[in-house]
Amino acid sequence: MALLKTDKITMQFGGIVAVSDFSLNLQKGQIVGLIGPNGAGKTTVFNMITGVYTPTKGSVYFQDTDITNKKPDAITKLGIARTFQNIRLFSNMNVYDNILIAKHTRLKSSPLAAILNVPGTSYRKQMDTFKEECWELLEAVELADEAFEKGTSLPYGKQRRLEIARALATNPEILLLDEPAAGMNPNESMELMEFIRKVRNKFNVTILMIEHHMKVVMGICEHIVVLDHGFQIAEGGPAEIQRNPKVIEAYLGVDADA
Amino acid sequence: MSKGNNNSKINKIKLFMTIAAIILAFITLYIANNNLDSYKIRILNLAAVYAVCGLGLNIINGFTGLFSLGHAGFMMIGAYTAALVTMPPDVKTMNFYIEPIIAPLAHLQLPIPVALLLAGSIAALFSLIIAVPVLRLKGDYLAIASLGFAEMLRVLFTMAGSITNGALGLKGIPGIESIYFYWGTAIVAIVIIKQLINSSYGHAFKAIRDDEIAAQAMGINLFYHKTLSFATGAFFAGVGGAMMGFLVTTIDPNIGIFLQTFNILMIIVLGGLGSLTGTVISAVLVTSALELLRFVDAPIDFGFFAYPGIPGMRMVIFSLSLLLVIIFYQRGLMGMREFNWDWVIKKYNQFTNRSGKGGKGHGAVKNG
Repeated sequence: MALLKTDKITMQFGGIVAVSDFSLNLQKGQIVGLIGPNGAGKTTVFNMITGVYTPTKGSVYFQDTDITNKKPDAITKLGIARTFQNIRLFSNMNVYDNILIAKHTRLKSSPLAAILNVPGTSYRKQMDTFKEECWELLEAVELADEAFEKGTSLPYGKQRRLEIARALATNPEILLLDEPAAGMNPNESMELMEFIRKVRNKFNVTILMIEHHMKVVMGICEHIVVLDHGFQIAEGGPAEIQRNPKVIEAYLGVDADA
Repeated sequence: MSKGNNNSKINKIKLFMTIAAIILAFITLYIANNNLDSYKIRILNLAAVYAVCGLGLNIINGFTGLFSLGHAGFMMIGAYTAALVTMPPDVKTMNFYIEPIIAPLAHLQLPIPVALLLAGSIAALFSLIIAVPVLRLKGDYLAIASLGFAEMLRVLFTMAGSITNGALGLKGIPGIESIYFYWGTAIVAIVIIKQLINSSYGHAFKAIRDDEIAAQAMGINLFYHKTLSFATGAFFAGVGGAMMGFLVTTIDPNIGIFLQTFNILMIIVLGGLGSLTGTVISAVLVTSALELLRFVDAPIDFGFFAYPGIPGMRMVIFSLSLLLVIIFYQRGLMGMREFNWDWVIKKYNQFTNRSGKGGKGHGAVKNG
């Protein structure tokens, strides 16, 4: 059984087809890369999976339930969390609060119970559990020392790590990473690669990532899907993809004399 | 774990300090009550009314980032609700001489606290009805739509003669002069709102304000939380409106005029969008400044120059000073900061470290 399955999803904006008949089977525990030149429709695929867009055609299944028409928050609740291409941290919150917010969706108490905030009630107990989980997570991603610093004042690499940690805080089955290595120098990228691998093993998540940085993609992805102009042009292991003539053509163009 | 013990100890200290602060607030009220004349007390009471309304609007605008301009509409609903359920039946018959009041309202007379709660609840109820179409919109569009709803309500209230007495308004609302009533209610409102803002729900509001898309991706149901914020804000607008009615004892549909929303908006922008402390400070400042500046309307003789006194001059000066404040404090007097115990403890630690370790500053404090 595939953990996540997209069945020929198509996204059309007016006359423009951004993604056409995209099918993907994500198996549990995999790290899958989604690559393609700029404007190929990679982020659109993410947006369709996470409910930001509803596909014009086709359906998305998560653990065999149809999630095609669900809202982003409902999909996060089910267990698909994401990060964004341009980091979207909560700008007025510190690192700790940025992560704590991800727990809110699991809160079962009413606003009234939250206002009263009586010690010993289920609201208090839930919040204590959430806080403990947050600290554990902060320790795990090595951000505990910066817990009370403003999220947006962290160095770039740490902001990326924080955004991934925030997504992890929702206890996801699947983590969608949108260009996690964007804007990083080679050193930072290598660190990130290690970090992503660690996250997968430690938190037992399945990862689908969009990435331009080929070293990162080839280094950690077990399976790669290539998109070009909205079409799925290739799929396979890293070595296979590197040799695929269609991929080379999409990235480098074809020689006119050939 | 020592960390946990330490935390609970700090929490106990905070609780103790909060109780002490509330007692101190009442002592201040007691002193004010015994030493100020009724005119000054009335101004302070008005400040309490504006503080409650401002806190309500700050939940919506400052903490959730929803630019709503319908606040006066909710205040009006609150004011009318409270007035209609507290006025004695004979006063009602005297008021409604053109169109008689509808049956159940004619004999209804409830205690003041119940009236306050009812005023808030009815305002919140109306906000829920409005929320469905309005909260789909964002930014300026939300502002225009909410403003439109408030204006619509005002017109409806003018026309619904058998309930609201139309443009004639209501006279003879039981007046309350006690400073304890107004500031007591304000303190209760402050405590409730502070609890809400610091709760998990309050965090969700702030997340929506900071980044709606990320908030939704974190599993926060946008519509539910926006509605919750909107309704809570409207609730306190209703309570504030009710207090306004008890203070001025006569109301008409003009209480829901746009200018009223603008006043409240000015208070929260000046105090700092996203600061409860700022709202309260600014409510007191604005209300008293408007009264203190009254002398510029009257003639003044400088000796070498006799100023004839221009009615309305105080608004010119007031607006000018407002402009200056906004130029120099773009995020309001308090920004998003709060005066709370964490802040006090932080400052205290800073102070003791500076004097003890020669300014080395353990855990350098950043104010954001």
